[in-house]
Amino acid sequence: MDDAVQIDPLEALGQHIADALGDAVVLREVLFGELTLTVARDSIVSVAQFLRDDPKCRFISFVDVCGADYPERDERFDVVYHFMSPHLNQRVRVKLSTDDVTPVPSITGVYRGADWFERETYDLYGVLFSGHQDLRRILTDYGFDGHPLRKDFPLTGFVQVRYDEERKRVVYEPVQLMQEFRTFDYLSPWEGTDYVLPGDEKAKQ
Amino acid sequence: MTVEANVRNFTINFGPVHPSAHGVLRLILELDGEVVERVDPHIGLLHRGTEKLIESKTYLQAVPYFDRLDYVAPMNQEHAFALAVEKLLGLEVPRRGQLIRVLYSEIGRLLAHLMNVTTQAMDVGALTPPLWGFEQREKLMVFYERASGARMHAAYFRPGGVHQDLPQALIDDIGVFCETFPKALADIDSLLTENRIFKQRNVDIGVVKLEDAWNLGFSGVMVRGSGAAWDLRKSQPYECYAEMDFDVPIGKNGDCFDRYLIRMEEMRQSTRIMKQCVDKLNAADGKGPVSSLDGKVVPPKRGEMKQSMEALIHHFKLYTEGYKVPAGEVYAAVEAPKGEFGVYLVSDGTNKPYRCKIRAPGFAHLSAMDFLCRGHMLADVSAILGSLDIVFGEVDR
Repeated sequence: MDDAVQIDPLEALGQHIADALGDAVVLREVLFGELTLTVARDSIVSVAQFLRDDPKCRFISFVDVCGADYPERDERFDVVYHFMSPHLNQRVRVKLSTDDVTPVPSITGVYRGADWFERETYDLYGVLFSGHQDLRRILTDYGFDGHPLRKDFPLTGFVQVRYDEERKRVVYEPVQLMQEFRTFDYLSPWEGTDYVLPGDEKAKQ
Repeated sequence: MTVEANVRNFTINFGPVHPSAHGVLRLILELDGEVVERVDPHIGLLHRGTEKLIESKTYLQAVPYFDRLDYVAPMNQEHAFALAVEKLLGLEVPRRGQLIRVLYSEIGRLLAHLMNVTTQAMDVGALTPPLWGFEQREKLMVFYERASGARMHAAYFRPGGVHQDLPQALIDDIGVFCETFPKALADIDSLLTENRIFKQRNVDIGVVKLEDAWNLGFSGVMVRGSGAAWDLRKSQPYECYAEMDFDVPIGKNGDCFDRYLIRMEEMRQSTRIMKQCVDKLNAADGKGPVSSLDGKVVPPKRGEMKQSMEALIHHFKLYTEGYKVPAGEVYAAVEAPKGEFGVYLVSDGTNKPYRCKIRAPGFAHLSAMDFLCRGHMLADVSAILGSLDIVFGEVDR
């Protein structure tokens, strides 16, 4: 038994993808047993194409596209793609970042299943996809305003609906809360404090 | 003499309260005579903002939202979330907890498949199968109730394990059910499988090629029907599925009838797994704790709280602040009855999920309605919809 270093198949796969795609892959990491590739925004279509068609990858199964919002960043949105390769029995996560005006190239030409997932990302986060045939809202109400999963969108929303008996139709009104919205900050130093408790400095060591 | 016909396409609105819309689906159908030219599903009528709500709740408070996704098989959804949280926490579930999870996941599979197979039969005109199937579902929901206290919204699979241990009488009753259920299933089978009308409505309808199925994001029965021997329970085993002995049925033609046959066979296989679980739970190594003993994640039992100050503090802290999950992102998926149900969880190290994306199989399946229905007759739309196995709780989220 020689002491050859056992290379993790995910590491090897990540290396293979990074070698083939060159500059398109900005960062790759294996965390919690999952391979994550951060790619340049404009190269996503060629990355998806490569992952699907390369004989060593064959990520033919489309799994998911979703957004994530990090308002403190310059490019506040992450668009996260998940693909699966039934041949390798592996999954890959591809991430890229964008803001609310820069469109992301749509991968519907590579994975037809991405259609609704991109619509959902647009609907909930306001991420634009260029080259998408039918970028309409999907989950929210007809005529909805705003993008509800953004961190700056309030949990209660802005409008509420009810059926108006006099006008014989559903009416939209600004949200009125019957009691104050209750949110508690339970975050506390359960495991002991890393600061000096007020008064402790007076105690004799 | 030829009469010049004035040909024009019809656009009709199907749903959202049509009985075979399986909930609140609105379809805009463009028809040329009786042939479907284009389908535009309008969804979101049951959108409750689950993902937004989860972001403002602690990890434990987020569990019940998963029951309300695919409300036909609630525990399978909780399972994906529990696996994601456990992956971040690096938590190991004790063996008995794993066995109970597998047992109840398979009960969930029976619940979902019984519902789907029989209501699909109803969509194409048969009334008896739902009545027979729902009798069995009722028994299974009683098992849910006896384990968790609720027939549907169980909140039973919690990060770390399951909430409570099963009483021995319940395990015995599930064992008895496994003996009697194949007979009931055979009865439903005899009503449908060789039924001329059922076959006429389903054979060669909604055919999907395997390549298309992967490309469209299909999973579960939808890819198995097209011939892929792919089941997450076999290929990426979680919990103790690796030691279970069961077969994965696959189809040849990728049509609605194959998908029906696969669901029927999966119910037989699920019964097999349940039997094995019952035996393993009764064996000596199947005894023990049902959830992790890590007091920083899993709340203590009532009895302990009466005795131990530490347990009392843990109880208070876990039900107010909750536990903090290390920062990171994971994707965990289970083979839910409807396909691959995944949870993409991003933690920022606090007691609330930063982002929890729910990847529902039904969403991907429904998005292919246009692809599947084009060129079919109007009446086939409901047959195809039935075989996709759509539940709006998970599609709209």
